[in-house]
Amino acid sequence: MALYRTVQLSGCARMCVSVARPYSTVARSPSTPLPLRSKLLFFLSQHFYDVEQLLSWSSWLRNWTLRRKNTFYSYTQEQYGNNVAAAFYILSLKGGFRFSGQSEWFRPNEKGKFSWDFVNFQEHPIEEVDVSGTVINCTGLDNLVSQKNLRTLSLRGCREVDDWFLSRLHIFQESLEELNLSGCPRISVGGLCALHHLRKLRKLDLSSLPRVQNPGLVRILLEEVLPHCHITGVEYDEGLQAFQEEKDSEALSSTGTGA
Amino acid sequence: VRFDDNRVEVTKEIHAVRAMPGSDWQPLEITPGLPPERADVVIVGGGVVGWSVAYWLKRKERIRDGVRVLVVEKDPTYSQASTVLSVGGIRQQFSLPENIHLSLASAEFLRSINEHLGVLNEDPVDLQFNHSGYLFIASEKGAGIMEENYRTQRYAGAKVTLLSPAQVKEKFPWLNTEGVALASYGLENEGWFDPWSLLNALRRKAISMGVYQCFGEVTGFRYSTHSMPTDDSHQMSFKRIRYVNVRMPNSLEYQPVECAIVVNAAGAHSGKVADLAGIGSGPKDTLAAVPVPVEPRKRYVYVLHCPDGPGLDTPFLIDYSGVYCRREGLGGNYIAGLSPEEEEEPDTRDLEVDYNFFQDRIWPLLAHRVPAFECTKVASAWAGYYDYNTFDQNCILGLHPLVNNMYFATGFSGHGLQQSPAAGRALAELILDGGFRTLDLSALGFERIFHQEPVLERSIV
Repeated sequence: MALYRTVQLSGCARMCVSVARPYSTVARSPSTPLPLRSKLLFFLSQHFYDVEQLLSWSSWLRNWTLRRKNTFYSYTQEQYGNNVAAAFYILSLKGGFRFSGQSEWFRPNEKGKFSWDFVNFQEHPIEEVDVSGTVINCTGLDNLVSQKNLRTLSLRGCREVDDWFLSRLHIFQESLEELNLSGCPRISVGGLCALHHLRKLRKLDLSSLPRVQNPGLVRILLEEVLPHCHITGVEYDEGLQAFQEEKDSEALSSTGTGA
Repeated sequence: VRFDDNRVEVTKEIHAVRAMPGSDWQPLEITPGLPPERADVVIVGGGVVGWSVAYWLKRKERIRDGVRVLVVEKDPTYSQASTVLSVGGIRQQFSLPENIHLSLASAEFLRSINEHLGVLNEDPVDLQFNHSGYLFIASEKGAGIMEENYRTQRYAGAKVTLLSPAQVKEKFPWLNTEGVALASYGLENEGWFDPWSLLNALRRKAISMGVYQCFGEVTGFRYSTHSMPTDDSHQMSFKRIRYVNVRMPNSLEYQPVECAIVVNAAGAHSGKVADLAGIGSGPKDTLAAVPVPVEPRKRYVYVLHCPDGPGLDTPFLIDYSGVYCRREGLGGNYIAGLSPEEEEEPDTRDLEVDYNFFQDRIWPLLAHRVPAFECTKVASAWAGYYDYNTFDQNCILGLHPLVNNMYFATGFSGHGLQQSPAAGRALAELILDGGFRTLDLSALGFERIFHQEPVLERSIV
């Protein structure tokens, strides 16, 4: 396949009105250092239209797969009822769950195979769900809307769980008692402030949330709003340490320049 | 001397490279920042609505570079633009179904904003969306209307719930429920976000798709007029805009941009832009004499600091007196405001803030509703313009009947930011597909203005 070179105009990039239209004129090097493969792809996409188009197709494909995995399981719901549809959805995501009244968990094995026994439990709502590390997202919650008895939800390390997902959790406000949000890279304060609907919440795990800037303050504010909830994974003085170090370094530098 | 010869050769080489095909080097200096000489669609106004239209036009074009779009913005610093001075809330609690659908579709867009506006190898868009919901409070008088609105909203798909005063007191103990008969609380897709991030994301993506941006002021249109007789032999004259005169900042130089379609998304100044096209200057008692009823209205926004104020669960509170208040950040800061009555509308010549307005009008009402705000301090304040539709305070989306190629996306009266993605899509569908495809917003066109049938929205803030 012929690779078409983009014309690189360094100074006139902004003014390219009639010239080889710059797709990525707004390009600048990304803020965080990338691994070698990404750096190579980035360099190639800056210079060749084909590579850029391939990369945009691959990101479109990734979004399409996500949408497909989180689609609404309407056929299963019609045939077997809400509970089995929710169960099937969780198993397809490679998560685990436990029916209420049962004690064993249903999970797929390492190869992704799971037993189809869950089809027999049409009358049992789901009580505990563990979808850690899966690609569950906000639209996928449509499958779990009917599970009004949900008590435990574990979302450890789910990379697609974001603030919009948390804003939808109010559907479980009467029943949810344990929520584990550790390691979700997309959650920020905007979503955590929507958790005040969950009145029955008793345990909340907020460890390692990279986008929450002052976790200690957020913990205090959440404890104010959810008085019966025990929040783990974050200490009160997290987020304060940086300020203390700044003050120390300021003090050092001022003594340095003053003297 | 040899050194000089070498230097001269090197400079010549640079010139030669610059003059090769594909280069924009010209022997005569041209002013930087001039818009192109012709464009298919010229969008007047570079706010969130203008860039949303530009983005959707590029997204819907069937072939690459099928539509050449130019966005003309008067002020590169956006110092007086309504978008960036907006409080940034989005809600679905309207009484008109079209407004609810516009808002819902925009929330849907914002939810998957990185799919729509993600540019390759750029940082993902971070809107800082706070999902805190809106809480509307109604007195005895307004309870009936609130219940009707609730039914309309649920039917349209908004996730809203009604709360009794006891439930309000239980959920929000810091609220004084005296005089409260009913409250309406949005559970999903409601809250507030950073308008500047949305504007920049739309702009970045649109520019990466090939939209031209020009900083200049539209000072006039060159149009051709043709008349046609009506059934009862009245002569109606129709205009078609041929050139848009874009004047460069701090200069008298202007560039006439030849265009096929003009979109008026100029926000508070849409009325002036429409006047430039001659709308509203016809003989009295004819259609040509009806101006576009959009004018700027100044609104004050105050930032309050109250250390004992409501906590993380503060919704965007809107009282039946019109006072609104929301949390800002985590440090005990709040944003409050009130739309003044018709009689006490402030002067729109500048954006100076009147602090007495807070002391006299807002603070008593706010302190009555939220007792914690009795000891609050005004940390700062700003003012911004609403592109106020004086006719019925709802947006005007559509083609003007008398100017054959001028589309309007204006008159949002304070809801421009929250309705911009869906309104942009609707206008792009009108332009490229000839009619609305996803949302039927024909009730928000110009016909209602000419027939003098206002489509009223009952819950304006």
